[in-house]
Amino acid sequence: MAKPPSDLRYTKEHDWVRLDGDIATVGITDHAQEALGDVVFVELPEIGRDVVADEACAVVESVKAASDVYAPLAGKIVETNQTIIDDPSLVNSDAEGEGWFFRIELDDTATFDALMDAAAYDEYVGTLD
Amino acid sequence: MIENALPDDPTPTPLKTTPLDAWHRALGARMVAFAGYAMPVQYQGVLAEHLHCRASAALFDVSHMGQATLSGAAAASALERLVPGDILGLKPGRQRYTLLTNEAGGIIDDLMVANLGDGRLFLVVNASRTDDDFTHIGASLPAGAQLRPHEDRALLALQGPAAAAVIARIGPAAAQLPFMGVAAVTLAGMPCLVSRSGYTGEDGFEISVPADHAESLAQRLVAEPEVAPAGLGARDSLRLEAGLCLYGNDIDELTTPVEAGLTWAIGRRRRDAWDFPGAAAIRDQFEHGANRYRVGIRPDGRAPARAQAEIVSGDGTAAGTVTSGGFSPTLSGPIAMGYVRKDLAADGTALHLIVRGKALPARIVPMPFVPHRYAR
Repeated sequence: MAKPPSDLRYTKEHDWVRLDGDIATVGITDHAQEALGDVVFVELPEIGRDVVADEACAVVESVKAASDVYAPLAGKIVETNQTIIDDPSLVNSDAEGEGWFFRIELDDTATFDALMDAAAYDEYVGTLD
Repeated sequence: MIENALPDDPTPTPLKTTPLDAWHRALGARMVAFAGYAMPVQYQGVLAEHLHCRASAALFDVSHMGQATLSGAAAASALERLVPGDILGLKPGRQRYTLLTNEAGGIIDDLMVANLGDGRLFLVVNASRTDDDFTHIGASLPAGAQLRPHEDRALLALQGPAAAAVIARIGPAAAQLPFMGVAAVTLAGMPCLVSRSGYTGEDGFEISVPADHAESLAQRLVAEPEVAPAGLGARDSLRLEAGLCLYGNDIDELTTPVEAGLTWAIGRRRRDAWDFPGAAAIRDQFEHGANRYRVGIRPDGRAPARAQAEIVSGDGTAAGTVTSGGFSPTLSGPIAMGYVRKDLAADGTALHLIVRGKALPARIVPMPFVPHRYAR
């Protein structure tokens, strides 16, 4: 996989987050898709739903199992990626790009800065094995 | 998120390893705990391995399963006291699927029994049940019958439409076996016990081999261009497509052969005598019907329903429970099996599966989901 862009932030729940203005784009990390295996089904939140940080709001299923995807930060869901509904394998092939899940209008953009950067996330993943 | 290997895995530690443990790791397998063993759940990916098995041939390590020889003049009659299958009528060189039943008619385990001749029966039982099964069988043996477990043997499964062509290159005699035939055969110079059977719905072979030859044989098989290694993930999705039961999910001590749709495993002679454990309860269900049956289920949408998902009828009343469910790579959609009330068990019946609090429409369908392609 391509090296993740440095403007991404990460969570311990293996979300990645990119901030544009007050809109956060969220997906699962390349490490997460690798661990899940072949993604065959995705369920996305409704537009307009208010979410709090660490709230389960989407589902990703591999052949083996179902997993929750958590909102990394508080805000309102403003957009979801219908492309991965039709082609869930995009989550495997481009997890940190075209395989994004949803966009949140953040309540407080300052919360973004508290998330892990790429180096911190890599270190965190290293502690898991 | 992440990693639960297969549903309902009660795993004690430390894990046991199969004779192929180092081989799996060298191939880059992802190892998980299953039935007390470190086992490969996948190498390249479950989807690719599943589809490769359907298209060509896949090699599985199933050495976690229990193997044993039951021998002595009384072996067949002793085993018949524990199972509803016709074991006395099992001819040398033939294998049969049967069930250990309890006094209530529940299923202690499902197993394969092969007649090796000379009063020797070869048993293959589920990994999670091995200790209980062998204790149960051992405790009932009369003088003149002995049970000898084979912890010194590995078990490989070569499955898929190309399996016979591959096996013919290293052991022509094995390729001549009929479906459910069994023979001692030399494969690539190694002494093996081969049966033409499997757990995928495809033609294929299960190969019992001394542990110290297992890696050589596995390496020899994957060196053939048609063969790729496959893990427990693909094994589970393949057997689900084939409509085959997973012990602990789809059958257990609280399900009977009638409820599970396994009455074909009750021998005709045994149905006259009704002289096996649980025969009274099983006979009653056989003659008057059971209250629930195992059925195939296809969700209408794309969301898989997993084991334990609740099934409700069209009018919203409780109808049963999903016991296995997931995504079918062959059909590219969700499939499941489970138990439903007898009045809802007919093919085509519409019902709902409760997944994450939502009622998803689904219907009862015949099994297997993907047609069997056994050698005939």
